[in-house]
Amino acid sequence: MIDRRLFTNFDWKMLLLVLLISAVGVLNIYSASASYNTAGIPYALKQFYWIIIGLGLLLFTCSIDYHLLEDVSYWFYGILIVFLLLVLLVGKTSMGATRWLHLGFFTMQPSEPMKIVIIITFARFFSRHQPVSGMGFREVVLPMAILSVPAILIMKQPDLGTATMVCLVAGTIILAVGIKWRVVITMLLAAVPACYVSWHYLLRAYQKNRVLNFLNPERDPLKSGYHLIQSKIAVGSGGLSGKGFLHGTQSQLRFLPEQHTDFAFSVFAEEWGFWVCAMMLFLYAALILWGLHVASRCNDRFGTLLAVGVTAMIFWHIVINMGMVIGLFPVVGVPLPFFSYGGTSMITSMLGAGLLLNVSMRRFMF
Amino acid sequence: MNQHLSKRGGQDMQRRIYLISIAAVIIFSILLGRLWFLQFIDSDRLKEMSENNRLRFIPVAASRGTLLDRNGHVLVNNTPSYSLAVIPNEVKDRDSLLDTLGRILKIDRSELLSKWEKGMGRAKYFPIVLASGISRDHMEFFEENSIRLTGIEVEVKPVREYPNGTFASHLLGYIGEISDKELSSPEFSEYNSGDYLGKSGIERSFEQYLHGEDGGRQIEVNARGRYLRTISESMPVPGQSIMLTIDKNLQSQAEKALGDRAAAAVVMEVNSGEILAFASSPGFDPSLFSGRMPPDKWDAYLKDKRHPLENKALKGQYPPGSTFKIITALAGLAEGMIDERTTVNCNGEYQLGNNKFRCWNRKGHGNVNLKGAMRESCDVYFYVLGERLGVDRIARYAKMFGLGEAMKCGLENEKSGFVPTSEWKEKKFGKKWYKGETLPVSIGQGYLLMTPIQLAAMSAGVATNGKIYRPHLVKKILDKDGKTVKEFLPELIRQVDLKPEHFRMVREGLSAVVNEPKGTGAAARLYEVKVAGKTGTSQVVKLKDSRGAVPYEHRDHALFVAFAPYDNPEVAVAVVVEHGEHGGAAAAPVAGQILRSYFESKGVIKGGRRNTDEDEEPESGDETGDGE
Repeated sequence: MIDRRLFTNFDWKMLLLVLLISAVGVLNIYSASASYNTAGIPYALKQFYWIIIGLGLLLFTCSIDYHLLEDVSYWFYGILIVFLLLVLLVGKTSMGATRWLHLGFFTMQPSEPMKIVIIITFARFFSRHQPVSGMGFREVVLPMAILSVPAILIMKQPDLGTATMVCLVAGTIILAVGIKWRVVITMLLAAVPACYVSWHYLLRAYQKNRVLNFLNPERDPLKSGYHLIQSKIAVGSGGLSGKGFLHGTQSQLRFLPEQHTDFAFSVFAEEWGFWVCAMMLFLYAALILWGLHVASRCNDRFGTLLAVGVTAMIFWHIVINMGMVIGLFPVVGVPLPFFSYGGTSMITSMLGAGLLLNVSMRRFMF
Repeated sequence: MNQHLSKRGGQDMQRRIYLISIAAVIIFSILLGRLWFLQFIDSDRLKEMSENNRLRFIPVAASRGTLLDRNGHVLVNNTPSYSLAVIPNEVKDRDSLLDTLGRILKIDRSELLSKWEKGMGRAKYFPIVLASGISRDHMEFFEENSIRLTGIEVEVKPVREYPNGTFASHLLGYIGEISDKELSSPEFSEYNSGDYLGKSGIERSFEQYLHGEDGGRQIEVNARGRYLRTISESMPVPGQSIMLTIDKNLQSQAEKALGDRAAAAVVMEVNSGEILAFASSPGFDPSLFSGRMPPDKWDAYLKDKRHPLENKALKGQYPPGSTFKIITALAGLAEGMIDERTTVNCNGEYQLGNNKFRCWNRKGHGNVNLKGAMRESCDVYFYVLGERLGVDRIARYAKMFGLGEAMKCGLENEKSGFVPTSEWKEKKFGKKWYKGETLPVSIGQGYLLMTPIQLAAMSAGVATNGKIYRPHLVKKILDKDGKTVKEFLPELIRQVDLKPEHFRMVREGLSAVVNEPKGTGAAARLYEVKVAGKTGTSQVVKLKDSRGAVPYEHRDHALFVAFAPYDNPEVAVAVVVEHGEHGGAAAAPVAGQILRSYFESKGVIKGGRRNTDEDEEPESGDETGDGE
């Protein structure tokens, strides 16, 4: 079962990249949470445990031939749709939003695995459907249906961040498969009324506020807008060489919100400065380009699209999170993969990395 | 299995992935460019902002809404708690300061020192809390002398106070620090780590009203992070108060009547569904959960066989035992299978096929009619009736009363109980329903489960000719000035459509249970007010040997449902005493005591007079017998 070639083909470079980023992340969480007054296990140590658990899952993921996923992809998809429906129907909470599903023995948040399952489902779908010269209107209907069911269900919860993420990832796969320009343009035009509808019917008040505050931070300088301003001050005041580990005033004096999770990178930027940040960006870029490289050298269509999808998932997380930290995007609760504190994010990212490694090391199988 | 890339398709895809890579590089370059702009071009300005900076946001927590009883008595409140903190890098002489503080607070110097050192891992301009919960006098002293004692700071924060200890603890619930999981849920998107929120009971279910909206102050601080002045301020919006339907006095009386047994009691107004008492015992101390729980205490809670942390009134599901005969009787009357005069001869057991089903009274009850069968809780009468009705018909009537589904009283995680049907059994076990399984159901055993809320609602339904109002715990939501924001009006959720005379016949039986000689519920009798009720003793395990040697966990549950006054019902009561053994002996007296308190506070019964008439000893209760 275990082919020796698998071991020799194991993609150590990619694993090393992932571990390097995670290690820097732990160090940064240590600093970001230094001013916290928490009882119990420190965040940095907890993050370390999450990395270990994540690595276990990563190794497990790459030990199973990814081709097996092709057969079960629609099952995964179906089951998760059922779970998402159940969340809306019985996921109990009387107010606000509901993302958690109580399954008796444990609770789960089906929107998170949906990010990966949509990738597998799309990869499987397009491995059988090959539009010759890009998708036209007719070919695009079915994939859009596959995408919109979970996207709408997640949006309803409401979890705007994850819904956006699922759409971005699916969109990237569609770009890789190829789509006709006129379809893209038509869909962009159709997005205008869609935005209107979601603004009036789908978005909750707090989500609207976030968008408005992004457009005009002065609108609410005490709350959401405040985060944006403080994060920009933190990043900018780091200058070229940074204020030094544990010496970022913005973070240690706690001007920053959520500084160990979503705003972890602004702590990093303040304490280490431009040059180190640039190196960090370089590491992330290397990971993304390597992922795309793995995709293009893979011999079968399913594997290629799987790799494209996973890379896109990691990529969009990076872009949206960093864009938020440096004031390019509104404050959306999206973590920086391998870097922000949090078990859910770490596990999804590690699973994704496992799939990439899986595709990478089985490239010579055919 | 896999579609290999056709040569051309593969090249196309590779080209597109190449284009995507270029796009990714461009996007990363934009990020890098933006970083360069912030960290190089705009850096001096932003550095200045961070240095002079001074602008800092101090969240000010909104004060949490209070919980009141139906008459406005405060059940849960907030009190300010003061703590003493030091800012290490502003202290000149640590040793003398610690000596002084130790002397004033009467705390050992070494304890203060160890707290100080534990806090030193963080930035030096960060306050370290040396003593929390200091008295008001100390607080005032430190405020006055803050100039002489450089580096100290008094922090104020409201803490939740449960002035009545374990009173209604399951109902009120407790608050605690927000967990990681809660933080990542959009329901709490406006919350920050370190915030407190409701974790159980009313505190949890009505969090959105109680919490209020946190405000904050934008303050200017100096380079060492010390407060200079307030720049702008947004006032917190205090949480709204919740007025419960609970009557504080009746609730304490109910808890007193339950004592330290594992038990639950629900008292409900039959014409509104307002719950006057919602007791689950033993209770716990909610204030322990918002502070630091001593580990031994936590352990004791977990190990206690009586499960003090469980809300038995909400989540306890029990076989209703003979209290369910109310439903069986109504079903029989409505289906025309019995009337008042129909009699059954009970000789202590009932033979069905090869199985013998015993009556609790092995000597038998002789010839009994409906009233007699209710009064003495004759099992054989209901075996005969149940056999003729069949399980599905019994289930249909049970469901008319809302049994088998949660009554949605307003608290989360309410249990729904269970009503078996033949269809259910077929689906679940793939086996058909046997007649022998119907007999236990007709006397409230078998697969049947009911919650104390459902027991009370059933009793209310009988009292009112079938009107069942939604049992609810919250009367009103009030804003900080005491104005009503939202009111929970009585909501009729079921109208059990049976003939009034059938309800009357069952009610007469229930009255006989309490008020006639040989009635099993005599312990609930009041002489000033006519009470009607039904005892129940439900088996926990089958086939027990001798009575005396039964271990606690295997003893029968004792139940009692009642309503009063008989002629013009006002309240329904349900009592369950886990492993209390006899409904008549363990549960009925509790219901009697609760009803006595209710009518005393209404002035119907003069306070202080006890039920001295002892000419009729209550029977030891009814037993249920199952087939073998």
